[in-house]
Amino acid sequence: MQARRTFVTRIAAAAALLAAGLPAYAADTIKVGILHSLSGTMAISETSLKDVALMTIDEINAKGGVLGKKLEPVVVDPASNWPLFAEKARQLVANDKVAAVFGCWTSVSRKSVLPVFKELNGLLFYPVQYEGEELEKNVFYTGAAPNQQAIPAVEYLMSKEGGGARRFVLLGTDYVYPRTTNKILRAYLKSKGVKDSDIDEAYTPFGHADYQTIVANIKKFAAGGKTAVISTINGDSNVPFYKELGNAGLKATDVPVVAFSVGEEELRGVDTKPLVGHLAAWNYFQSVKNPANVEFIKKWKAYAAAKKLPNAASAVTNDPMEATYVGIHMWAQAVEKAKSTDTDKVIAAMGGQSFQSPSGFTLTMDATNHHLHKPVMIGEIKGDGQFNVVWKTKQPLRAQPWSPYIKGNEGKQSM
Amino acid sequence: MKSWRYLLCGAALVLQGGAGPVAHAAIAPAALQALAGDDPDARMQAVSDIAAQADGDAARVLRALKNDTLYATPDGKVYIVDGPSILDAATGKPPVMPDAKPGATLAAASAVMPAGLDGIVVNNRLRGAVDAALSGLALLSPRRAERLAAARALQGSEPDAGQTILLRKAAGVETDAEIGALLRQLLAMADLRAPDAATRKQAVAALAGSVDPQARRMLQAMLARSAGSTPGHAPDGAAGAVDAAGGAHGEPDPGVRAAARAALDAINARAARTEWIGNLFYGVSLGSVLLLAALGLAITFGLMGIINMAHGELLMIGAYTTYGCQSLFRHYWPGALDWYLAAALPASFLVAATAGMALERTVIRWLYGRPLETLLATWGISLMLMQLVRTLFGAQNVEVANPAWMSGGVTVLGTLVLPYNRIAIIGFAFLVVGAVWLVLTHTRLGLFVRAVMQNRRMADCVGVPTGRIDMMTFGLGSGIAGLGGAALSQLGNVGPDLGQAYIIDSFMVVVLGGVGQLAGTVIAALGLGEANKLLEPLAGAVLAKIAILVFIIVFIQRRPQGLFALKGRSVE
Amino acid sequence: MSSNVMFSRPAWIAVVLVAALAALLPVLHLAFPPGHALHVSAYAMGLAGKFMCYALAALALDLVWGYTGILSLGHGLFFALGAYAHGMYLMRAIGRDGVYQSDLPDFMVFLDWSAYPWYWAGTDSFWYCLALAVLAPGVLAFVFGYFAFRSRIKGVYFSIITQAMTYAFMLLFFRNDTGFGGNNGFTDFKRILGHSVTAPETRAVLYLATLACLVGALLLCRWIAASKLGRVLQAVRDAESRLMFIGYDPLRFKLFVWTLSAMLCGVAGALYVPQVGIVNPSEMSPANSIEIVIWAAVGGRGTLVGPILGAFTVNGLKSWFTAAFPDLWLFALGLLFILVTLFMQKGLLGLLKRRPAAPAAPDSPASPASPASAEGAAKSEKEAA
Repeated sequence: MQARRTFVTRIAAAAALLAAGLPAYAADTIKVGILHSLSGTMAISETSLKDVALMTIDEINAKGGVLGKKLEPVVVDPASNWPLFAEKARQLVANDKVAAVFGCWTSVSRKSVLPVFKELNGLLFYPVQYEGEELEKNVFYTGAAPNQQAIPAVEYLMSKEGGGARRFVLLGTDYVYPRTTNKILRAYLKSKGVKDSDIDEAYTPFGHADYQTIVANIKKFAAGGKTAVISTINGDSNVPFYKELGNAGLKATDVPVVAFSVGEEELRGVDTKPLVGHLAAWNYFQSVKNPANVEFIKKWKAYAAAKKLPNAASAVTNDPMEATYVGIHMWAQAVEKAKSTDTDKVIAAMGGQSFQSPSGFTLTMDATNHHLHKPVMIGEIKGDGQFNVVWKTKQPLRAQPWSPYIKGNEGKQSM
Repeated sequence: MKSWRYLLCGAALVLQGGAGPVAHAAIAPAALQALAGDDPDARMQAVSDIAAQADGDAARVLRALKNDTLYATPDGKVYIVDGPSILDAATGKPPVMPDAKPGATLAAASAVMPAGLDGIVVNNRLRGAVDAALSGLALLSPRRAERLAAARALQGSEPDAGQTILLRKAAGVETDAEIGALLRQLLAMADLRAPDAATRKQAVAALAGSVDPQARRMLQAMLARSAGSTPGHAPDGAAGAVDAAGGAHGEPDPGVRAAARAALDAINARAARTEWIGNLFYGVSLGSVLLLAALGLAITFGLMGIINMAHGELLMIGAYTTYGCQSLFRHYWPGALDWYLAAALPASFLVAATAGMALERTVIRWLYGRPLETLLATWGISLMLMQLVRTLFGAQNVEVANPAWMSGGVTVLGTLVLPYNRIAIIGFAFLVVGAVWLVLTHTRLGLFVRAVMQNRRMADCVGVPTGRIDMMTFGLGSGIAGLGGAALSQLGNVGPDLGQAYIIDSFMVVVLGGVGQLAGTVIAALGLGEANKLLEPLAGAVLAKIAILVFIIVFIQRRPQGLFALKGRSVE
Repeated sequence: MSSNVMFSRPAWIAVVLVAALAALLPVLHLAFPPGHALHVSAYAMGLAGKFMCYALAALALDLVWGYTGILSLGHGLFFALGAYAHGMYLMRAIGRDGVYQSDLPDFMVFLDWSAYPWYWAGTDSFWYCLALAVLAPGVLAFVFGYFAFRSRIKGVYFSIITQAMTYAFMLLFFRNDTGFGGNNGFTDFKRILGHSVTAPETRAVLYLATLACLVGALLLCRWIAASKLGRVLQAVRDAESRLMFIGYDPLRFKLFVWTLSAMLCGVAGALYVPQVGIVNPSEMSPANSIEIVIWAAVGGRGTLVGPILGAFTVNGLKSWFTAAFPDLWLFALGLLFILVTLFMQKGLLGLLKRRPAAPAAPDSPASPASPASAEGAAKSEKEAA
């Protein structure tokens, strides 16, 4: 009895799996994949990217779609689970046969899906600032490389206008992005004459919540000279860090903290009164004033209200959202130019694409290194959770994905 | 307003040596235009110029700069805009509109906003200068708190010539001992540059008691050798390069150097002591957080043998209830926003207790005596609760602000800041423990709870309604978890994953402390918190945590029942 | 369950048939081109292979939980250690084809390390790493189990310290300084024993190896369960004190089955990592270990076949839900936990086996018992748990 039942069940299971392998039903649309965590630790940051992607796709469809066909989004939830990212990526490219995938946030998720895209010759658009040290044929990077975010920020802090910092605390979460960024920054600081004893590097695990000892260390370190803190703390660990800073009386005028992972979205969950004056470096801020941004913010708020997204009343825009928006539009332009969704043709057509971005600048996709030319902006936190732009580049900067400050990168600048 | 008039009279008199009429000069338009311009150095100079005026108008403009309420039009006119009211920055009066009819009321005229108004961007450097200027002005305030705050704010940087004059005058008239001491130390720092060695030596001796990091920097610079440059130190007070031997010392006189060495040693010793006391406080603070998180679990597990993996989610429910109360207060009673915690605490308790009792009645009741199954079922409940909160409130964190009385901290021993929110949570934790102890030992419910825990069968025979007691106990444990969540909302993030961060720690505290005794939980929580914080400066956060976990595992091998266990006659 | 025969005849036939059918999958994958109705995609085969690794882990857990009554909430650690051990070989096998074209893995390059740490010695040998995949979890389990069982830590306390153990290792492996890739873990594999990891033939071989290990483990565990050792284990589960009074020392039996289970998990992990392509410390998270427990519970603990079924069912549901209804997946999973513990203590297999005329079991929660009788039932359950 038992054996027969088991037998039947296992046959059923096997059959179900076989059915999963059958090719997807073809339709007269172009499918695009959206690969962002909708649950788990990264949901906080990534859910809004999924919504912006859907909004952009609606916008493109309203103008007639691409090559006369409508875009059909395929949304999956890899749940902040890195092996699941790889599985979902494979599902999107091999099963659903999407033309391109817009997704990933953490470097781990990107590295885990990379083998899939290389093997299946898929196309990934990655919208988040990252540590560089990567250049793949199948990926287009619409976020900032270190020379478009980290290095200009440190330059600003060292300048008179930025406070003239002489000592630096490099504080990060323990994973590849902070480690690599800090390695690049150390080399950069050394090239500017800052001694090793004036640099303090510290790492905390993901989800670390008790920053008392670390803030006390920063205070002690700052006693030796004008200090700035360069924070690559990930996501929501920033909240207890800032709270502790504020309560310990470390004001931004004494010890400014510049963060690379804190934007308008992360500040929504924080009381920003004690944080006024601390900084962030991005390629876009919601407070930037220009017609394209006014339009973008209006569209986003209307979309959030129409789709009844949670907390729609306080919806904000941030840099990864802008990068997603730009990335999807550029891909659509490249497909039109290549007259096909074939990966290699689109890759060839992407070089040189340009788009008027809400940041107020025209962003161009570099012809050889798969990265965007982006402007750099430094903003100080205001009491209302927005940023005061205190400095920005006049022109967009070309990305250097292989940092010149790391040995062995000399020959590697292009595809 | 009255005190500022006093200040402007007093300050102006002091600065002008008592001669001449009191100045009510409007701010020079050139300075204001520079503020609105792009040249950063010109802006710093403008702040300096405005501050030198030292009257009410200057203070008003500086405060507007600090509060981000200074605006400018493209043609260089500067206004102070605060909500609907607008003032001309130069005169402090409502602006005169060019086409105002003669006789038009001031109110009507000021209701018209000039075109092209844009906020003047203030960055840290400017804000720092503004703060220093305002502090300088506040040194002569009649209110002690303002003078103390100003004296403290001036620490951390070397006083310049203008500030030194102001400091001397202020020190001369200062009657309060604490403020006087601070002012004299600031003056001593200025005196470190005095031309004669005796003054310098006196200044060094005065600095031995200083907690100002700038003092330490300057003393270190005096002892450092600089490669052939003139004696003195870099203007920004850098620690100074200790180059290869052969350069001149920062300080030429050996007697002064010896005094500086002694003063520096005293400062360093004091700093080390302060750091140690700081670590003790951090440990108690972390321990109190662990205690609040684990107490509810100790009750349900210790008294009922139920492993509740949804305990973290009960913490989360308490935190979200606090968020809800805050939103309600923001909406309906914004004036009383600072007291939302008074409503949030009982609300968190009740909501979490209700949730707990509902859980008990629907799921856990059927699983008594099967602790492993309870574990699994409650894990399932925790998944559902997390997803429910995500669906209702979104996956993003929600903002729970500290009330104003909990922000900031008290400065002890000169440099150690003990944040108010942590002090409040320590106090709250002990209050909760006290309350639980009272309930358990002095109420009927507590009596029944203890009876059921010690011998369920017998309590049943004697007539104690064990089913209902179980429900109430679970409710009590859950309610305490709700209170813990409310406290946690003041410290860190409030998001759907709040509970997951504390569940393992709660279990460790309960397992270490032993079941059945409140004292065990308290000692285990405080001990673990203290151990963690003492290890962290040595080994880093991660290794400290791992060491604690290994210690617990080893400890349990030696003493499986935990620190304080009920003595019983059981083989198990 | 307590028969002296490993499998009855129908059961043997069933096992052979299912194994043969499962072995057909890679054949279909290789023999027919994509697009053919009978083709099995690499995605499906990879998924099936991954599920089989999970099934092996669930099977290993069933041996300690279903038969011996030790609930481990840390088996994910043994799984992950096996995965990391094999991963070390795969990282060495990348050679100079990594991003930095260095002899060291990429993560060591960005940490500025110039040589392999001592614990990486010998990992360029495939057989050494395979041995490590079995021995590392085995030794850790042996040491941990020896001290835990000797102190007579049981039940809930034991579960909690296994959680502490896996959590501590997770924190350790998340540190980049530990030398195992930190949060990135091991990924971007190129070769295994000279063959490309992504080639269809390699995939097929890995799949067949996993199938062979799963069937072999099933047979091994069934043999143990049907032997005298199996009887002692069940006695440990049902009435350990009585067993001690009779004169047996439960320590040896528990330790043996605990270590064996850890080694089986290690094998599962080692087979998992080349098929999935990445291993990272979140495999050691307490949540992962609890999921292994739910696979065993859903399928039916104490049956050995049940956990295999449970692993396939739950993971299949997960793959489907996270694609079709991503927002509802966690509700479904949570509900599954609750329903299984409340109503389906014998799991799916119990449901499939239930005969209509069978009398209601004394431990069924369907009867709304009064507090007193619930106490009585609970008391006897407590002895049995």
